Amino acid sequence: MKGAEKITLGAVITKPGSTVEYETGGWRTLKPVVDAEKCVGCGLCWLYCPDGAIKKGKPIEIDYRYCKGCGICSTECPRKAIRMEMEETK
Amino acid sequence: MKLVLTGNEAAAFGAKLARAQVISAYPITPQTVSVEKLAEFVANGELDAEFVEVESEHSALSVCVGAAAAGARAFTATSSQGLALMSEILYIAAGLRLPIVMANVNRSLSAPISIWCDQQDSISVRDCGWIQLYCENNQEILDSIIQAYKIGESVHLPVMVCYDGYILSHTAEVVDVPDQSSVDEFLPPYQPPYKLDPENPVTMGPVGVPEYYQEFRYALHEAVREAKEKVIEVDRDFERRFGRGYGLIENYRCDDAEVVVITMGSLSGTVKEVIDKRRERGDKVGMIKVRCYRPFPHREILGSLESAEGIAVMEKDISLGATGALYADVTTAIQNSDRRPLVMDFICGLGGRDVKLDHVEETIETIKKCVARRKIETPVKWLGLRKEVL
Repeated sequence: MKGAEKITLGAVITKPGSTVEYETGGWRTLKPVVDAEKCVGCGLCWLYCPDGAIKKGKPIEIDYRYCKGCGICSTECPRKAIRMEMEETK
Repeated sequence: MKLVLTGNEAAAFGAKLARAQVISAYPITPQTVSVEKLAEFVANGELDAEFVEVESEHSALSVCVGAAAAGARAFTATSSQGLALMSEILYIAAGLRLPIVMANVNRSLSAPISIWCDQQDSISVRDCGWIQLYCENNQEILDSIIQAYKIGESVHLPVMVCYDGYILSHTAEVVDVPDQSSVDEFLPPYQPPYKLDPENPVTMGPVGVPEYYQEFRYALHEAVREAKEKVIEVDRDFERRFGRGYGLIENYRCDDAEVVVITMGSLSGTVKEVIDKRRERGDKVGMIKVRCYRPFPHREILGSLESAEGIAVMEKDISLGATGALYADVTTAIQNSDRRPLVMDFICGLGGRDVKLDHVEETIETIKKCVARRKIETPVKWLGLRKEVL
């Protein structure tokens, strides 16, 4: 829940799929950056990403609205094509 | 139909008459017979319910949470360590506003291990958002379980029906078991406001961020407070149909009483004996039985204390390092009044220690002496404490 919505009985959420409205990218400290030349599009990072924040392709694309910067993609990438960089502070 | 039933059997009959649809429990003394009886009803085809066997009380209540979330009428029963193990889920059931009904057979907590009665178990979870009703006898157990569903489903809160281990759970009394059709008329099927349904998905149990959590707690608190009216309304409706009513409290000969004993559960019956004897000799004494402990009936208790100069709280629990829990609540109730009767706390009956008529006499004599001297020296007294073994 966010904003000034009225609370519901027992905090039940009646609108399905509303999690997409909650962008968790702001939690990130480290940011995964893809080296397009190294990426072979094997999809392992897509499989491992706990937030479904990776779009398959060659190279893969990361959805920074939801990526929390956990770094699992970087660890799992067999080509070492994903580098974790310090997120720029605003 | 009149049957001779133990308290545990009365609880099982109550859940059966309420047509509980999902029952999940883990056996623990002295609760065991209540769920054994329910398992028998299900196995015999007398009750159409899912009986879910589990490996712990934590799971038993979790099953009930899932069942109630899916829109079913759920029942569980436990005691002591079992209730303590359910603790985490108790708060969740209340926060999710699921009207589960539980029978808690009051038993003391370890250590040392004790299977005998006191009310420390349910008193220790008084803040979890469940309505708590304490029963005096086996008839009240059966009636309260049926009422509990109607109360809980109207205000979207879980209800704990508490009764004293052994003293009630294993003692047989004549119990009037109402017929199914009258109970069905009193208690129609549960209509949940939301339920887990793949056709109409909802999310239950999301995160409550700091901007919202406090409001959820306030809403829950208000719901428990306001449930008082529903407890009264449901009880009156029940009394009209079945001829038995219990109220939030029972005011027993308190009008004009100078000394009032306040207690809960089966001890009320013992205290009434003493009150009657003393009344025969013209002694102005009375008793308040607190049946609904949460929400706490502050106003109603105060209303029965209009002539009281001394109040003796007798309770089978202790908030270690402070006072008994009921004493703390009673003094809060009095705090809001102009009158300031003297209040003393009598801790008794812990771990199955018998509370006898003599203990009640001693209690009344003690508070009377304080009233005469207008002074209380020790606000908390332990009745029948065997100092020689300390």
